Amino acid sequence: MNLNQNILVKLKQAGLRINNKWLVKDVSLQIEKGKIVTLIGPNGSGKSTTAKIALGIYKKINGEAKKYTTKVGYVPQKISIDWTLPLRVSDFMVLTENLKEEAINDALSLTGVIHLKDKNLGDLSGGEFQRVLLARAISKKPELLVLDEPVQGVDFTGEIALYELIKKISDELNCGILLISHDLHTVMSATDHVVCLNGHVCCSGSPIEVAKNNEYKALFGEQASQILSRYEHRHDHIHTNEGKIKKN
Amino acid sequence: MLDDFFIRALIAGLGIAIVTGPLGCFVIWRRLSYFGDTLAHSALLGVTLAYTLEFNIAVSVFIISSLIALILIDLQKRTNLPGDALLGLLAHSSLAVGLVVIGFLTFIRFDIMGLLFGDILAVTTDDIFIIWIGGPLILIILKLIWKPLFASTVNYELAEAEGLNPDRAKAIFTILMAGIIAISIKMVGLLLITGMLIIPAAMARNISSSPQMMVIYSVIGGLLSVILGLLTSLEFNTASGPSIIAAALLLFILSLLKIKQSIKLKN
Repeated sequence: MNLNQNILVKLKQAGLRINNKWLVKDVSLQIEKGKIVTLIGPNGSGKSTTAKIALGIYKKINGEAKKYTTKVGYVPQKISIDWTLPLRVSDFMVLTENLKEEAINDALSLTGVIHLKDKNLGDLSGGEFQRVLLARAISKKPELLVLDEPVQGVDFTGEIALYELIKKISDELNCGILLISHDLHTVMSATDHVVCLNGHVCCSGSPIEVAKNNEYKALFGEQASQILSRYEHRHDHIHTNEGKIKKN
Repeated sequence: MLDDFFIRALIAGLGIAIVTGPLGCFVIWRRLSYFGDTLAHSALLGVTLAYTLEFNIAVSVFIISSLIALILIDLQKRTNLPGDALLGLLAHSSLAVGLVVIGFLTFIRFDIMGLLFGDILAVTTDDIFIIWIGGPLILIILKLIWKPLFASTVNYELAEAEGLNPDRAKAIFTILMAGIIAISIKMVGLLLITGMLIIPAAMARNISSSPQMMVIYSVIGGLLSVILGLLTSLEFNTASGPSIIAAALLLFILSLLKIKQSIKLKN
């Protein structure tokens, strides 16, 4: 039962195990309307997997994952369009829902790619494609937005503008956002709740709480000013096979 | 020149082409040409069954092809063999079993060539009836599952995440494939059905810039192939299936000229 009307997604010790290997384990989090939850962590730490668990993509998971909305916008981390499929930006915009022309134009204008509307998806650059992906996800005015590294490949000024846009969308549509990002500056400034992953939840809380956390420091480096350049991995525990944790 | 049997074949062929157009696009997009082949090969077993039990060929082929599709799904779960190996296994074993069964049925005279390559003389009014009932039915169902099927063709996880139920759409599409094979086997022949699905769609890809356009061109290509192929078949007394496919190939080659131009324009 969903007692709190604001909750959109709730994970309770959720995890995924494929071929006897844990991709991610024991993740508990919830996404509420109007709030931005960000997942951070090194490569292979289970960020995308956690997002997909939240979206209900996997059928067999451990633990519990509940989604209380069907109005979902998703920007996957990777998507490749085969040449055999001729697809223009305008076709892609109505992929999962029929939209009015106006809604399509609005969304494409917001992410700054309205001029690409009649172009073939295969002809776009990485950054342009990312903007189209984001436009498609927001155009249907979702209650839940899941953004897996939404600004990868976008130029520096565009990146800042898009993060501002994401923040604005969260306020205007009052939708819950699950964001996966490598940009720790953005994460720390624009997020309500941060979950730091490394095969399991290392720590979570408000950005300030997480920044003070020792595990976070161990994961991303001691000095906050150097967080962007330091992705080195130091732990109070080591990871063995199957995601088991061994304390030092 | 326009004999009764020819009119029948034409009406039947055009009915088939309207359906193979859109289905063929999905066969290309979803890389299902070997899957189509497998279902078509298994159709021989369906035909022999129909003769043995004195049953309608289209219905019997539909049942056997659907069954083979189910077995394939089950095998995929049970073994780690790659998909193409499983498809080859099912395609050739069902073809072989079908031929062996035919060997036993000495009391019935089979036109094997007709089964493999199609026979316009064999098209009856009943067949036309089945094609023009079954065909539109397939199209209506395809229209209903278009959104989830197309979205999951572009990206499965996106479709699943945004609540479109792609697994159900895929299962229904598989049944539609069995359906088109069932209604077109007499006309095109089981060895050439996949060609009828793929070649007009491939031609359409070369000259299209949107999915809807590709579907429309694919239908037009199929219709032209049927008309051209059947006229050739009548004129030179060639088998109907190969003549239709050869006509489709001709259209495909013509479409290459257009794609050459657009590549030149780009450079």
